[in-house]
Amino acid sequence: MITELGHFALILAFLVAIVQSVVPLVGAAKRWPGWMSFAEPAAIIQFSLIAFSFGALVWAFVTSDFSLRVVVENSHSAKPMIYKISGTWGNHEGSMLLWVLIVSLFGAMAAFFGGGLPPTLKARVLAVQASIAVAFFAFIIFTSNPFDRLIVAPFDGRDLNPLLQDPGLAFHPPFLYLGYVGLSMAFSFAVAALIEGRVDAAWGRWVRPWTLAAWVFLTIGIALGSWWAYYELGWGGFWFWDPVENASFMPWLLAAALLHSAIVVEKRESLKSWTILLAIIAFGFSLIGTFIVRSGLLTSVHAFANDPERGVFILLILIFFMGGALTLFAARAQAMEAKGVFGMVSRESGLILNNILLAVSCFVVFVGTMWPMVAEMAFDRKLSVGAPFFNAAFTPFMVALGIALPVGAMLPWKRGKLGKTAYSLRYAFALSVALALLVWAMQTGRSALGPVGLFLGAWITFGAAIDLWSRTGRKGNLKRLLRLPGADWGKAVAHTGLGVTMFAIAGLTAWEVEDIRVAQPGQPFEVGQFTLTLEGVRNVDGPNYFSTMADVRVEQDGRYIRTLHPEKRDYPVARMPTTEAAIDYRFLRDLYVVIGDQQADGGWVMRTYIKPFANWIWAGCILMSLGGLLSLSDRRFRVAAGARKAPAGGVPAE
Amino acid sequence: MKRLILILALIASPLFAVQPDEVLDDPALEQRARDLSTGLRCLVCRNESIDESNAELARDLRLLLRERLVAGDTDEEAIAFIVDRYGEYVLLKPTTTGSNLMLWLAGPIMLLIAAAMGGNFLRKRSQVQAQAEKDSLSEAEEERLRQILED
Repeated sequence: MITELGHFALILAFLVAIVQSVVPLVGAAKRWPGWMSFAEPAAIIQFSLIAFSFGALVWAFVTSDFSLRVVVENSHSAKPMIYKISGTWGNHEGSMLLWVLIVSLFGAMAAFFGGGLPPTLKARVLAVQASIAVAFFAFIIFTSNPFDRLIVAPFDGRDLNPLLQDPGLAFHPPFLYLGYVGLSMAFSFAVAALIEGRVDAAWGRWVRPWTLAAWVFLTIGIALGSWWAYYELGWGGFWFWDPVENASFMPWLLAAALLHSAIVVEKRESLKSWTILLAIIAFGFSLIGTFIVRSGLLTSVHAFANDPERGVFILLILIFFMGGALTLFAARAQAMEAKGVFGMVSRESGLILNNILLAVSCFVVFVGTMWPMVAEMAFDRKLSVGAPFFNAAFTPFMVALGIALPVGAMLPWKRGKLGKTAYSLRYAFALSVALALLVWAMQTGRSALGPVGLFLGAWITFGAAIDLWSRTGRKGNLKRLLRLPGADWGKAVAHTGLGVTMFAIAGLTAWEVEDIRVAQPGQPFEVGQFTLTLEGVRNVDGPNYFSTMADVRVEQDGRYIRTLHPEKRDYPVARMPTTEAAIDYRFLRDLYVVIGDQQADGGWVMRTYIKPFANWIWAGCILMSLGGLLSLSDRRFRVAAGARKAPAGGVPAE
Repeated sequence: MKRLILILALIASPLFAVQPDEVLDDPALEQRARDLSTGLRCLVCRNESIDESNAELARDLRLLLRERLVAGDTDEEAIAFIVDRYGEYVLLKPTTTGSNLMLWLAGPIMLLIAAAMGGNFLRKRSQVQAQAEKDSLSEAEEERLRQILED
């Protein structure tokens, strides 16, 4: 019964979205207030309906309703409750429902918080947002309906892919989708502004919070996914340059570029048409990401239920929205004349360099991701493009970005002097070089990667600190530091986060220690500064799996640290083995232990890694998102919204 | 003896990436093998190198690679040996020959185009500024202004 109601609500939401995508647009064109204000209640009703529908699907998973095809294919009655809930979006149909739920959520939020927007812009934004929802409602209802029933319900389900039975699934996809779909808001604002034919500083101020929010969610989502891979896949890799990872990374790079270029629109009324274009393309990459994941065109470790028909449908959605928006852009872009005037060396030019590096690095990732397909179709060459290519082709852009960042971030608006800014950063530079040289001397005979990473990380971090310090005035008034706007703090924290992550990735790659051996029970062995002893291996039964669990005693300098329990699990229903690494997380390093097969002589294969600074990778990501949140909390966003409201209230109604 | 170990190793059923019994005695040679195997694709996997993969085939490739290195092949010869048998699909880092040049040059060329466009935009903006400064009052206008102010 609840399932039928959910299905019905889904169809109703589809119909509401169709009306919402037409009526406010007509209203805005004809200046009919009634038609325009239709958008707000429609957005909220649409969200309520889809939320109910999603709730119904969660309910079907929780109660293990095996008359639903999705539940049978992705659940099992013995599965722990948390994975029954998160399993709702651990499959194609459910995840698409989550996707469209978030599209509506953003629409409803824009209706709710958009009090300060001019009525025509607001009506158009909500209408464009609804048209995106329409496309995905149609996709769900016509190609991948989660409420599809089976005529004969089986006794039990086929269980969820064991790799997905992890708390990671509960958080990774929702955050990622919040980010992907959050970019739809920037897209809607861009298209609405193009229809409106007006882009000004106020527009930049309205679109930036949404972009920031999307970027923060994407950062968290990507970091969670990478951490999940780190502890789940059994050898501690955190980034694979897999097509699906690239699909989430490309929108992240463009969102980062977009939120920087929107600053220029907001403060200097320049870079307008570029920012609009970026907003359109960033969402385009979200759609391309969805297309890559769902179509099965490229092979990836993220195996989703692939179906060519679905791929074609998403391709059509992509063509419709990108084609439409870019045509509109071509027709209207000239109307957006740049106003701001600035010199060759200025904050503006620094932000342009940032945009060039981010956009071109995104382009490199895109070309690398699509090349196997292009090469096969156009040149009849079957080849692979893997991590070594991306490491070689992508990293230089990030190094350049890291070197330029502290200088660009401190240049004054309009016109600056490179020498003057560089002079104020002299201590940061000297300290970073000294640190890098020190480490280089200590680690004789290894690659330069570690010291270079350390230099970049330290340079960005100290640069951010000096930038903040320079805001305290000449006497170093600390109270002033606390009163700085949220955006300034956000900038410093987010840049520091980037520095930390850059350093951590270089450090981990350069200084990792690996040990592979057959460990005999009771015989201690040394890995780096640690002494490990395999004390025993036992069989344990989990709720829906059997586990082979080892007890590994870890000592350092003869002192007991802890006992780790790496596992091998076998999921009988899904017929899949998984490895569960045991990790001793520490501030400066992780100890990562994996157990393998038993050998003929009674020993066990054991793999031990010492991973220096592993946690720092994700700590940096947390800092980046924290910086985004700080910037989002800046009162100037709210003041601006209120400032528009006040005069509007004083003008008599037409 | 090595041969025997290899044969024995092939019989054992693996579950993991690099197994202890695969590791070569010579650490320098083993390091070379590891470095090379991170650049070779496991053909039956989804985007994994043979160094990371648990698949049977990846193990065979790892052993084959080590066999070639032990036999005295240089890095290039060993890779060429494997590419000859499995095609360029096995290379995770595509070659820089033929149409692949487009892949490798796409980034740098795009960077040049973007830098040219960005530079051009900046130049225009800063010229507008110079113009704006020039647009300030001419001598006659200034004289007239002075007169008005004096009046």
